[in-house]
Formats: sequence, structure tokens, C-alpha cells
Amino acid sequence: MYGYAGKILHIDLTTGKTYTEPLNEDYAKKYIGGIGLGMRLWLENAKAGVDPFSPENPLVLATGPTSGTVWPTGGNGHAFVAKSPQSYGIGESKSHGSFGTELKRAGYDAVIFHGKAEKPVYVWIDDDSVQILDASHIWGKSPAETEDIIKEELGDYYIRVAAIGPAGEKLVRIACIINEKSRAAGRCGMGAVMGSKNLKAIAVRGTNDVTVAKPDEFLEFVKEFHERMKGPATKKYRTLGTPENVLVHNALHCMPTRNYNNAHFEAAEKVSGELLNEKYVAKIIGCSSCAMRCEHTCVVTEGPYKGAMARVEYEPLWAMGPYCGIDRLDAIIKGSELCNYYGMDSISAGVIVGFAMDCYENGILTSKDLEGLEARFGNHEALVKLIEKMGKREGIGDVLAEGVKFAAEKIGKGAEKLAQHIKGVEVTGYDLRCLKTAALGFAVSFRGADHNRHGAYAFDVKGKVNRLKAEKGRGKMVKDIEDVYTIIDSLIICKFSRGTYYNEFEDLAKLYTLVTGFETSPEEMRLKGERINNLARVINVREGLSRKDDTLPYKVMHMPIPDEGPAKGAYVSQEELDLLLDDYYEARGWTKDGVPTPEKLKALNMDDLTSIVEAKI
Amino acid sequence: MVKIHERKFVSADPDKCVGCQVCEYICSWTKEKTFNPLKSRIRVVRLNPLVNISITCRLCEDPPCVAACPRDALTQSEENGTIIVDADKCNGCGWCIEACDYGAISLHPEKKVVFVCDLCKDKPDGPQCVKWCPEEALELVTADILAQKARITATKKLFQEALKEATQTT
Repeated sequence: MYGYAGKILHIDLTTGKTYTEPLNEDYAKKYIGGIGLGMRLWLENAKAGVDPFSPENPLVLATGPTSGTVWPTGGNGHAFVAKSPQSYGIGESKSHGSFGTELKRAGYDAVIFHGKAEKPVYVWIDDDSVQILDASHIWGKSPAETEDIIKEELGDYYIRVAAIGPAGEKLVRIACIINEKSRAAGRCGMGAVMGSKNLKAIAVRGTNDVTVAKPDEFLEFVKEFHERMKGPATKKYRTLGTPENVLVHNALHCMPTRNYNNAHFEAAEKVSGELLNEKYVAKIIGCSSCAMRCEHTCVVTEGPYKGAMARVEYEPLWAMGPYCGIDRLDAIIKGSELCNYYGMDSISAGVIVGFAMDCYENGILTSKDLEGLEARFGNHEALVKLIEKMGKREGIGDVLAEGVKFAAEKIGKGAEKLAQHIKGVEVTGYDLRCLKTAALGFAVSFRGADHNRHGAYAFDVKGKVNRLKAEKGRGKMVKDIEDVYTIIDSLIICKFSRGTYYNEFEDLAKLYTLVTGFETSPEEMRLKGERINNLARVINVREGLSRKDDTLPYKVMHMPIPDEGPAKGAYVSQEELDLLLDDYYEARGWTKDGVPTPEKLKALNMDDLTSIVEAKI
Repeated sequence: MVKIHERKFVSADPDKCVGCQVCEYICSWTKEKTFNPLKSRIRVVRLNPLVNISITCRLCEDPPCVAACPRDALTQSEENGTIIVDADKCNGCGWCIEACDYGAISLHPEKKVVFVCDLCKDKPDGPQCVKWCPEEALELVTADILAQKARITATKKLFQEALKEATQTT
């Protein structure tokens, strides 16, 4: 096979046995790779209703067909898939860097971790040789420390390591999996699933060649994309980076502030992307095979957080900044560094702190509950301390480590109304009250609250629709863009490069054809994207999720934006949400309850999965 | 023998190099028709997110790799100073690898002989890594030109403010 390695590796951590199976070519063609292939493999390796922390919840690590090639941004991705301990539906998270390339060269399209090791272990995949090694001496270390120790003891400084930190070990539900010290498969708590298996790290060395089907045409296409990537479509990522959004969102009053109490942050200038670049960005670096560069590595050179270093993007900046009412970039960089140290999703971590601060301001959590912390909005010391407590599951951190949904249930006293999440996954930096296309995208996202499953905010933010209005037609818009996004995450290419695919499905189909040799038309490519979205939905239906879970956080539906300005008074009513959901389900060809129909699945050549939905209709 | 001052080699600007490995992929493709960094004549080092550079042969004067080879498998090209490996003589012992201060020589994963940058001698447009580098961080330069550039960069930094004013007034 071209592009693909052609092999799946199974590792049973309970028995210590490993075996391989050939990659099912039908799956490859239908589900591409990455999250598509990963979810399909998860589905057939997990029983319905499995507990996310059960040894029976397999953790799937998948590369895409472009991984290991020189395709710009595509060469470097990998994805983790498992049932999420946050949403109790399908969880998936991607990361980039160089780890995925190494795994492909080691000869695997996917690795499936089954069972649970008796004591802490790490897995050493050295081409065909797979070993499960003792990790008791690195248990408790950060992902970066773990990487250094493993490289040292295996005696190869070019091997790639993906690891969990203390948070993953302690089953913090927002734990992530970090590769190459700073890149995270962040969302959905995949690190906690890895921790539940006593699996500390995955080390990989791959020495095999990666070949593509049509190398000459492929390289010509690469060259063309190098040129496109120097153009306007990626300018934002190469210059100010995503933190540019701070002032853009703030001007539109769509930046959730102080746990959704506001949609506008009066001190936004102090946490702007402009200021971040001027004062803190030390270097912008890139992933393997990328022809743009986006990773804004920030260093704090003075003050109480001197020495802190982290890559900063809009989302974590927003979560630990405006969402907590904090106007100090140095504290945000420190917070990001701590999230990397403990191995936690920095978006969710910031949102949880914002939630805790809201609880404190409302008297739901007291200074006594917080061990003396005066967790007012804007208190940067409280941000840093609460992140540490969460990472260690210490004191109140033990409750907050459950994520806002479960933490609110434990705290009670009306905290549920302050918990801003969808399907248990914390919200991200788009105020859904005044971005109604995005609101739909977030509500139906199969991995919970997330901007990266659809990018539907772009229609609202760029003024392509009336962002304050819920109307028919938005369903199809969300569906269409979702179908592109699942392809992106399955190939795996980087979302920052999506603007360079000028001809969308045509470019994506051409790329897939040149790499794999499977002749694919633009329409067939689109169908793959649609199929993967249906697959995710089928899994969620099997796990018990339905229309009732396609909803929005309490404040989005009950607390109109109070700030004077362009979005004042905006919120999403139940009627509006129902209208949007009906429109979306109709566009998808699903039932009123959001279940894919057997006819729809058959039309997508997914006949093997119809029995799952038949039981739910 | 080409004079040391005229000897051109591929050098990465540390300020521009982002560690993206495109050079590795293109090198392995050009020389071996595959994508595999282990078969690249140029290798990227990333010590931490801030410290990235790609490194290849510097075409040293009196190259220690040539001197180290016990089988006389390595010679330096009279024409351009590149290191020529006689694959029939090389047995992959690794003395040259140890002798090189830059880690520019590698042992081939399959052929069991060493390999090193030959400046893409078969390509009319020169080293392909330089041609492909998305950041334009790689250059085919002489040591003298590198020194000139370093002096200009240092001077620019020193007179940053004055230069800004000068460009604003003109």
C-alpha cells in the first residue's frame, strides 16, 4: 500500500501480549485514517456502554495516510481515540509535531492499547520490536521529564515520545497526552484514559521508508502548497498567530469573559496577540514537514513568573485570561507551562478555574473550601494555584479535576448553572449567545463543546450570516463544514492550513489519490467526510447520547449578554436551538432525535452499522 | 584543490530555521527516492522549542573524517571540496562519524556504508534542500560570505533605532 503502512498493532497491557493484523483496505478507503479509522477501530474493539476508565475501553492511536510524507502539515499528525471520561461518548484528539511520522515509519497505521497494566509501564515500539517496560521510576514526572528519561535510558535522542503527566496518572478528566514536550492531544481526556491503563508513555523509533503512489505529481503538488502557504491564507498563523483573535472577538463582543458573565473584556488590550508578540514571543517554530510555522513559543523574562516558557494560542490564552478576568500575559504563560507540566488540556483548565472563581464570587465555594484562596475573578495567583491543585488532585483540586460538569454535581448549591460545558466538555473561546451558527456547531459536535469540529464560527465572525439570528439553512452550513473537518482530521492535516485548500474537496481528493493511489473523486472525498461524521454519531447513539445531549450551556440559554454594544441582549432560546437542531438533523438525513437512519447509513456504504441504529429508532 | 575561501557548503541560519524537517524529506527523496529522515544527508536538531537547526557537511579543510578512515574510503573532491565515499572500500566502521564535529556523516540504515552531503552534484540547480526550504533558512555559501552576513546582522542589531529613523525620514 502507498501512504499507509498497512499494519495495525494490538498491545494488550493486561496480558503483555502484542500482535499485528493487516490494515483492512475497506476501512482505509472508507474512513481514511486518523480519527476516521481510529473511531472505526474503536467501535469494533469496544463493547457498548463500556466505562471510559475500564480496561475494556481501548485507546486507539492512529496516523493518517499522509503521515511520514513531506505533505505540508500532513506529514506530522497523529490522533488518539477512546471513549471520553468527559462526554461518555466518543473522544478524539489530535496532535502534531514529529511523533506521528515516527510511528508511520515504524510500520503502523494504528496502535490499539487494550486492557490495563498491573503497574506503571511504558511501551517501546522499535520498528517490529514491541516491548512493555517498567515505568515506576518515571511515574509522577511531567511529560517533558519523561521524554528525557526515556531517551536517555533507551540511548537514542531521536526517538519520539508521547506521555501523560501526573494529571493523567491521577485520572484528571481533562488530562491530555503530550508529545515532544509541548504538543498536546488536548481535548476529551484522552490522557486520563491512558492513565487508567497505567500506561505512562509511548516511545517510538521508525526506520522504514514511507512511499507515495505518484511521487512526481505529489511533489509538484507539495511545491504548489508551499507557495500557497506563503500567501494570505496562512498569514495570521505565521505572524500574530491565533492570539490575534483576542481583539477581533472582543470588538465583536463574542469573547466569553468571567465565566460567561460578560462577552467583552475591558482589559483585552493587556492580553492581546499584538502585546504577546511584542513582549513574549521568543521564537516561532514549525512541525515536521510544515511549510508554514505557527508555534509561538513564549518566554517570561521578568517578574514573579520569570522563566516560564510555553507555546501560546488564542484558546488557552482566552481561557486562562479573559475567562478568568485575568489581564496578565505572564500569568497566562505560567498557567500554560503548568498545564504542560501536569499534562492537562489548557483550555479546559482555564474554563474550570473561571467556573471556580464564579462559584467563589457567588458564595458557592468559600475561601475555606479553597484552602484560603481568595479566588476572585482577576486573581492570577489563584489561577496558578488552582491549576496546580487540579494537576495534583489536592484539596479542592480533587473536585475540580472532574471537569465543570461533574465538579458542579459534587459541589451542588446551583453550581450546575455556572458550569459551562456541552456533553461534559468545557466551552471554548467563542460566545455562543451571539454566534448562532457556531452555537449549532458546538451543540451537535460529537466530542462535546468544541470549535475544532466544525469551524462554524467563521460564518458568524466574518459576517457571512446574521450572527444574532437562528434560521433555516444553518444546518446545512454546519453539516458541510463538518464534513471537511473530519477529512482534515483523518488525513491528518493541520486545521491552520485549511485555507490553502482553495478547491476544498477537489484538492483533498487529489492529495488522497496521489498519496494512496486509490483514485478518488471530489464527491467521493466529500462522502468520506460525511461517512466519518455519521460513524461518530452512530458510536454516540450506541453509547446512549441523543438529541437531549445536543444542547448548550445554561448561561448561553438563560443569561443574555449584558454588555452595552453590538451583541447586547443576545442569547439562544430553546425555540431557536430546536429550530437549528431540526434543520441540522434534516440536512444530515437523521431522525428528529438525531439518530442516523438505516437508509442514510446504507447510502454511505455503512451497511455493517445499521443494526446499531435500528435498535434506537 | 578548490581553495577554502571558494568552498561552498549548505548552512542554516539559526534565526530562520524552525526545525520543520522539509530538508530531510527532500534530501532523502532526491538521493534515495523515499521519504525517510534516516536517509537524509542533512539532519535537524531540536534541543528545545527555541533551539533548532539543521546541519550538514561543512566541507572542512583537512577533513578529520578523511584522516580517520582506516581503509582510505573517504577522499575530498578536488573540484568542490565535498567528501566522496568509496562504497566498495567503506565497511561502515564509523570512525569518520566519530571524527566529524558536526554529525554530518551517517551510517546508511540498509547499505551499511556511510553517506554524506554531495551538494546534489547531479542536480543542475544545486542542493535541493536549499531550493525547498520554506523558510529560506538554508543557503549555499562560503565561510567568507557567512562572516559578512554575520557582521551585517550584528551591525543592524546595534543600530536598530538609527536604521528605523533613517528609513522613516527617507
